[in-house]
Amino acid sequence: MTTTLVYDGSFEGLLTAVFEVYEHRLEYVKLVKGEWRSIALFDNVMQIVTDESRYGRVLKGLQKKLSPSGMQRLYVAHLSGIDDADSAALGYIRYVFDAQQNIEEDYGNRYVMRVSEIVKMMRREKHRMEAFIRFQKLQDGLFYSVIEPDFNVLPMLIRHFKNRYADQRWMIYDLKRKYGIYYDLHQVEFMEMDFSEGQGAANVISSFTDDEDAYQHLWKNYFKSVNIASRKNTKLHIRHIPKRYWKHLTEKI
Amino acid sequence: MNLERITEKLNILADAAKYDVSCASSGSKRKNENKGLGNASNGICHSYTEDGRCVSLLKILLTNHCIFDCAYCVSRKSNDIKRAAFTVQEVVDLTINFYRRNYIEGLFLSSGIFKDADTTMERLVQVAKKLRTEHKFNGYIHLKSIPGASDELMREAGLYADRLSVNLEMPTEEGLKLLAPDKDRKDMIQPMDFLRNEIIQRAEEKKLFKKAPMFAPAGQSTQVIVGATAIEDDRAILHSANHFYKNFKLKRVYYSGYVPVLADNRLPALNTAVPMVRENRLYQADWLMRFYGFRVNEIVNNDQPHLDLDIDPKLSWALRNMQIFPVDINKADLQVILRVPGIGLLSAQKIVSARKFNRLNWEHIKKLGVAVNRARYFITCNSNAYERRDLTGTRIKQFILAESQSKYLKNKPDQLSLF
Ligand code: SF4
Repeated sequence: MTTTLVYDGSFEGLLTAVFEVYEHRLEYVKLVKGEWRSIALFDNVMQIVTDESRYGRVLKGLQKKLSPSGMQRLYVAHLSGIDDADSAALGYIRYVFDAQQNIEEDYGNRYVMRVSEIVKMMRREKHRMEAFIRFQKLQDGLFYSVIEPDFNVLPMLIRHFKNRYADQRWMIYDLKRKYGIYYDLHQVEFMEMDFSEGQGAANVISSFTDDEDAYQHLWKNYFKSVNIASRKNTKLHIRHIPKRYWKHLTEKI
Repeated sequence: MNLERITEKLNILADAAKYDVSCASSGSKRKNENKGLGNASNGICHSYTEDGRCVSLLKILLTNHCIFDCAYCVSRKSNDIKRAAFTVQEVVDLTINFYRRNYIEGLFLSSGIFKDADTTMERLVQVAKKLRTEHKFNGYIHLKSIPGASDELMREAGLYADRLSVNLEMPTEEGLKLLAPDKDRKDMIQPMDFLRNEIIQRAEEKKLFKKAPMFAPAGQSTQVIVGATAIEDDRAILHSANHFYKNFKLKRVYYSGYVPVLADNRLPALNTAVPMVRENRLYQADWLMRFYGFRVNEIVNNDQPHLDLDIDPKLSWALRNMQIFPVDINKADLQVILRVPGIGLLSAQKIVSARKFNRLNWEHIKKLGVAVNRARYFITCNSNAYERRDLTGTRIKQFILAESQSKYLKNKPDQLSLF
């Protein structure tokens, strides 16, 4: 019989769910994100109350059996927000605890495989963002960028941009998930605000520095000049830069 | 800034630089330790041209004025084109401002030879020096080493640049004599030789003294033009590449399919197609030599002076060596698995890891990223279904080609999915 576990959707909540699985010796489980009340109509539902003493123990156990990179992959998979990511992570964790040896490379196991697939998708999106982010310089010296990534990769971008642009203030805003990261020359902070409605975009354009237009113009020209017409290959071009990314790319606008 | 003037210069000098295909910005680990601007690590393609090539660096010439007359080059002296020249400051400003907006990983600066080799090289070095010292720029810098420039200037260039390159352009000495009579192959080899020694020596110093300055940490590369003359077959090109990898410790050899830009009876006619498939096959062969443990003789030799155009060089090798197959995926050494068509570097490593847990079957192998439609003729696994039966190489080739017509026969190079 399958037991439905209702949890809050957080990583800690997920780990607490793992705790309950072992505590109550559950075999078949299904994870559902959300409120207890709305789902409580079904049989065999269990509410997971995120609780530090419980997820802390699971975390400790995992750290003993997984390499640091294995831990990180699990977290990245969760971060993705992909529908079956947490279920895959749950299956993965149970396999970790049930197995005698380290199973991180057992790609024959479907959970290990699925987590690895999700991590791959996340890494790919992260790399895309590192490549496709375009900053625009505002009058107060802030370098500002808007993105709409497929997955929630903003937290994974912090290190790269902080190392690279250590001497300029910058902000990257995820329009889909309505939050951003801001670097003030010392540290990076998360910011929540809603740019999607109202005057946001227009305000930003009117506050560009004087030479912002000039450099955008030069970059577009550069992009045009490096093309070799006799080698044109639109299919390959689109495979590298899928169309959904074009609207935030200076050279493609 | 005079936008109109700069735009014009940029258009001319980017256009003239674009035939240099190298755009790599990897191999350097320059960190941003001085809280300056930028770092260099794995190299990012920030955009892609409409022909599908990576745009990673601001790739420009300092000037397209040139005293030489190389037949294959748009900037040659006798060509009637618009000329332009950047000032040092203009290049610095463009680089910094493009970099801050995350357009690029850095600068690739080359130049026509104005006045003489040393004057030209000196100006290139000035740009790099200014970026590194005045702007604390830690992004990627690739400088072209001008053939014939002094050792002193080369040494200084190495202190600021991540990568240096001398373009051989013609894979063989005969080719060079024919198309670039002003150039002396010795002038190209000499700086390569100097840099190789310098890079080795500096790397040794760096091991002993952590504080020793970096010297061209991304090494040196070169480019050869493919298909400009008929005398250079793939065997000549790959042997030459192999020679430079081995003896000059080059990081990369780039193959650039000749784009007909000039009418000259020594060159292919203007309407000749760019040899893109051949170029792609050369890159594949190059990978086989560098990462898959193939010797150059196994890929091209007297019986096989040209690479097959319709199938990739790994498949081609496998079909010539059917006695080695099938290999058992659950037992064979990594080195052997790497030689199976349809199995790439990553999948090969995953196979070796995953088989410790389970004996792998077709389902597993597929999930590990193997192109089973090709690999199945060459392997056995934990399953009775074995595809090869007693097929001959020719039959297998027909089967594979029939299944993947579009993939092999179209003019579609792709550096990412090689095998
Ligand atoms: S020396 Fe360089 S720039 Fe000048 S013509 Fe020859 S290849 Fe072109």
